[in-house]
Amino acid sequence: MSAPTKRRWATLTATALAAAGCVAAHEMAPKAPPVQTVEILAQKFNFTPDEIKVKKGMPVDLELTTLDRLHGFNVPGLNLRAEIVPGQTTHVKFTPDKAGRFLFHCDVFCGEGHEDMDAAIIVEE
Amino acid sequence: MNTRINRRSFNRLAGLGGVAFASGLFAHTEGGRAWAAGREPAQDFYFVQLSDSHWGFKNDAVNPEAQHTLPKAIAEVNALKQQPDFVVFTGDLTQTTEDPQERRKRMSEARDIIKTLNVKTVRFLPGEHDASSDNGAAFKEFFGETHYTFDHKGVHFIVLDNVSDPTAALGDAQLNWLKADLAQLDKKQPIVVLTHRPLFDLAADWDWVTKDGQKAIDMLMPYEHVVVFYGHIHQEHHQMTGHIAHHAATGLMYPLPVAHSQPKKGPVAWDPAQPFKGLGWRSVDSETKKMTVAMTEHPLAKA
Repeated sequence: MSAPTKRRWATLTATALAAAGCVAAHEMAPKAPPVQTVEILAQKFNFTPDEIKVKKGMPVDLELTTLDRLHGFNVPGLNLRAEIVPGQTTHVKFTPDKAGRFLFHCDVFCGEGHEDMDAAIIVEE
Repeated sequence: MNTRINRRSFNRLAGLGGVAFASGLFAHTEGGRAWAAGREPAQDFYFVQLSDSHWGFKNDAVNPEAQHTLPKAIAEVNALKQQPDFVVFTGDLTQTTEDPQERRKRMSEARDIIKTLNVKTVRFLPGEHDASSDNGAAFKEFFGETHYTFDHKGVHFIVLDNVSDPTAALGDAQLNWLKADLAQLDKKQPIVVLTHRPLFDLAADWDWVTKDGQKAIDMLMPYEHVVVFYGHIHQEHHQMTGHIAHHAATGLMYPLPVAHSQPKKGPVAWDPAQPFKGLGWRSVDSETKKMTVAMTEHPLAKA
């Protein structure tokens, strides 16, 4: 066997072993908790839904969209903030580490009902 | 660290009765020091703070006297035996509207009412209802710049705009302007900051905050004698951030509840048995040579 051929064999063997190792490791590793995906729609002057429930310790992916204009998404109690831009889906990913009721509100002034534009995230044990 | 200030009685200074509050405004001081070197000589004076008149607001359950509240406050100021040196409006002169024509109509009407003040020196700054929908464009047409400085009898006044940006930020450009202005001042210069939203984080989930307000506070912190007067929260409120005092004024359209005293923020309903309850204005007596200030709260009279 020529030297280049030996190297190729060695590479293929290493790759196969590594792949097998990956599969074994994957099978042995604890499964990642499922992601809680929640769609939130913003429009003047409310969020839909206006109350969402998620589980403590489980990853959350909030998918934020707006029907009309730029809005803000601010959850001071969970230290989350994003802007919801028209035509885009804004993802806010987090894993809640404490239970409770956390208000969120639009923090980009959007008109006369802006001050009423709020909702809540309930984090359950 | 933020600390609430305790209220205490103080003799009224100027005619109408009111609830008074005295503060070591320019704290850490040596009485009578000539701290205004190079500027106007220090003299005692007083000014009036009006705030949150929300001209154009319509909701009889909240204020059936909406058309009369601002004129009533102005009549009370005009009735003061000793007139103030000037009047400041700390924002939300008008109720927001998405119609640019209606916005200008409200500003025009508010300006005409304010012109009936006997005191002709009036300083304006916008609230989010005035300026957040068009980045302050209409406000500037009627009331001028949204951030600026002026000096009065030895006190340096800094007017900050934390509303023209709808995200409730001062912004880097204004912060750089503030930094340059402060760089010219002696650390002992008495400074009064006028703004609409609280610069500190009073209740972020009620939007009672300036996103980058802490940066302004940090810039002001090296100055020994600083006080902030603001509006936005429609109630009297006093708080310290370090040695800097922050004083919120009552509004002239509807009161708001104490932060987090109820699940949702919303106007306090009108009480027919106690009309105008929770509405009022403030006079601020700068006893400049003693380096103190006396604030008197003037609830709007029933009659």
